[in-house]
Amino acid sequence: MTGQDRRPGDMRCAGAPHVPETAITGRPVRVLALWSPDWPVTAAAHAARIPPHQPAAVFVAGRVLACSAVARAQGVRRGLRRREAQARCPELAVLTPDPDRDARAFEPVVAAIEELAPGVEILRPGLVALPARGPVSWFGGELTAAERLVDQVAARTGVEVQAGFADGLFAAVLAARRAVAVAPGDTPAFLAALGVEELDREPDIDRSALVDLLRRLGLLNLGAFAALDPADVASRFGADAVLCHRLARGLDPRPPLRRRPPEELTVEAELDPPVDRVDAAAFAARGLAERLHATLAGHGLACTRLGVTAHTAAGEELHRIWRCAEPLTPAATVDRVRWQLDAWLTNRRHTPEDGAVVRLRLVPEETVAAGALQRGLWGETGEADERAGRALVRVQALLGPESVVTAVLGGGRDPAERIRLVPWGDDRAEPDPPPAASSPAASPPAASPRSGPAAASGRRRPADLVPDLTGAAPAGWPVDVLRRTGRLSAVELLQQGGPPPGARSRRRRLPVHRSPRPSPVRESPPSWPGRLPAPSPATVPPEPLPALVHDAADEAVRLDRPDLLSAPPARVTVEGRAPAAVVGWSGPWPVWARWWSPEATPAARMQVVLDDGTALLLVARDGRWWVAGIYD
Amino acid sequence: MGASDAAARLEHARGLLRRAEDRAVRARPAPEVEAGLEGGVLPVVAPLARLLPAGGLRRGTTVALAAGPAATSLLWAVLVEASEGGAWVGVVGRPDLGLVAAAEAGMRLERLALVPAPGPELMAVTSALLDGLDVVVTTVERPVPAGERQRLAARARQRGAVLCVLGSWPGADVQLSGTEARWGGVGAGPHGGSGRLGQRQVEVRVLGRGMAPAGRVERLLMPAAPGAAPVAVPAVAQAPVAARLAG
Repeated sequence: MTGQDRRPGDMRCAGAPHVPETAITGRPVRVLALWSPDWPVTAAAHAARIPPHQPAAVFVAGRVLACSAVARAQGVRRGLRRREAQARCPELAVLTPDPDRDARAFEPVVAAIEELAPGVEILRPGLVALPARGPVSWFGGELTAAERLVDQVAARTGVEVQAGFADGLFAAVLAARRAVAVAPGDTPAFLAALGVEELDREPDIDRSALVDLLRRLGLLNLGAFAALDPADVASRFGADAVLCHRLARGLDPRPPLRRRPPEELTVEAELDPPVDRVDAAAFAARGLAERLHATLAGHGLACTRLGVTAHTAAGEELHRIWRCAEPLTPAATVDRVRWQLDAWLTNRRHTPEDGAVVRLRLVPEETVAAGALQRGLWGETGEADERAGRALVRVQALLGPESVVTAVLGGGRDPAERIRLVPWGDDRAEPDPPPAASSPAASPPAASPRSGPAAASGRRRPADLVPDLTGAAPAGWPVDVLRRTGRLSAVELLQQGGPPPGARSRRRRLPVHRSPRPSPVRESPPSWPGRLPAPSPATVPPEPLPALVHDAADEAVRLDRPDLLSAPPARVTVEGRAPAAVVGWSGPWPVWARWWSPEATPAARMQVVLDDGTALLLVARDGRWWVAGIYD
Repeated sequence: MGASDAAARLEHARGLLRRAEDRAVRARPAPEVEAGLEGGVLPVVAPLARLLPAGGLRRGTTVALAAGPAATSLLWAVLVEASEGGAWVGVVGRPDLGLVAAAEAGMRLERLALVPAPGPELMAVTSALLDGLDVVVTTVERPVPAGERQRLAARARQRGAVLCVLGSWPGADVQLSGTEARWGGVGAGPHGGSGRLGQRQVEVRVLGRGMAPAGRVERLLMPAAPGAAPVAVPAVAQAPVAARLAG
């Protein structure tokens, strides 16, 4: 990953004459990687003032993200549940993740390394890489250089780092994790022995699917993967796999075609008044990062290596290079700049000279064609989605993840039953387009006279009800439907004597799991006979509201038979509202849901129009009337 | 005395000039839909576009939808074009929305985020959503203090979002209300029990800045047919309304 991306300036900084090595040999240059194990824990423990001998771990969502060596010795592992981790190691300090803190705490380490070897690039907090030539020739040998750098970091910051040498960045990082120096030219052999899961070590990129696929194909180590023909890899596994294949062969991840960005891509901002607070700096960084990305997008480029330069009021120039495995998004750029400024400003505060930043410059040190970063078809869309997603996540942070939902339309008879609410961020798992929603004509003609409003639009013929009913719906089928929708209809809720508090949310969380459908009858999607046709009520009370229906003589209107009222309704009183006169009504239509269940009691729907212009969907069940929907 | 007199006359002259300019500006045809975030106008269905002062939902403005017999349907009618165009819509504090009706009206459910139970954080949630969504619908149960209202309106203006309020919201740029809803399709009187709800006529009244104080009124069919977009009632059917307005 490093050959042609060494800029001449870096090499000169490193005290070595610049030789465009890769241009001649096509081979990656020697890279020295320095890795501090469990950096999130080190940074968090330092911030929380936890002594190194006490076991500590950083948890995300109740699972161990990283743990200290002491904790590991006591059996704590990455991915372990918190309770189990604490059971194995009772004195474990539980720490929270904070990327800002990690980046800020890492800055002194980088500064310490830079005192001896310039040209340091931060891959992420806890991991840096630098061209090996400079320090090696200066200190006279790789081992000496590594020793000096490790000592320097330990002496200045008290942080333990491991060094690794190899040809190319990917191999160097793996070497640093094992604290070995791979001899020049041995890198392919070193990589060949490692498992394919090493490709999935980058926290920003999820390659678990590829690793899993390779394992299932029997390619257990990088050597086996590297032995494949690049053309086969490209045709079978896609672009990211090609990149991984190059890595596995010990080559640079991308063919040596990277572009040196032209000078005018650099963006710069004068900060007046000088910025000495992190939040103000972050604000400035945001605008600058957006400008940078607009410029890059205009050239069809994306940035993989970002230089952040700040000039302080005291006349100092601070410069740091961040490298990314995949092209930076605007949000990722802002993060990097913010972390860097945060680190500088926090550290400057203790020095006497004026550390306020007066000028900020972002230099795209290395760019690639932006094709892979294409967002929406019109650019804007992706950005708007991202913005909306951030706002919704903020609300989730405020109220809890269940608080923000989107709706998925499913099958069902009642308006409430046809909606499944999915917390934001969860898989919406759209079911097959509900045939019921498409058009009533889609339902089999035999189904229409059976029940529901369709029956009412023609003449109701009760004699038709029974034979049809037994004919179409196979036993057991609605159970599957229940599982699919995850909700019960208002009619069924009533049947169970009213839902217990919180029933809605619990039902909503039923797994939306499509069981294999054994019988051929289930092959065709359910047609929902008796479904309420459009227009649907615009308001559906979470729980049906009790209502009273009276006739002109002030007698309560009862349902004598499933499709026969005792008298025409004249007044409807919804709980908590004044009585309203009925100006029109239609129904009742019997609801034949869950007819196979012995507890099922007959129910019927009725639409009434009140004199104030609203229309109600009334459901009769157990001798009472309920408002299941309001057409407002 | 002399100086203040001159100043007053100058102020008066300026006022006259400003009024003349305003009139000239208003006489011009409605401004074209501007590009950009702040000046953008989200589209609405054709019959409502004729009613709204900007021909659509101007970004950064506040729209109040008064309670009425067709309030929720009117909300979807106002938002459906924007939603179909890919706008993100958030609804805060309506646990009882009939989302099937929203889908039938044409709303894209995958871009309709709901916060059904914000509890005491209603204003905070609305404010947070205004940051990222194109349209935020919020509910007003009890009167909101003027300061809160102005803060939300300012947030909407700053972020180029449209704030829709279900309920009373003094100071809204546009106020929409649906009155005199009349359902067709169900049997009445001796025909009771026949038919089913079909179409509905709603008289939609729009009041707002830059409009005549009486506002604009139009009768819409909403829904015109099950699951169809609202359309204006044909002129014949509208005659009684015109007569009433004239009278």
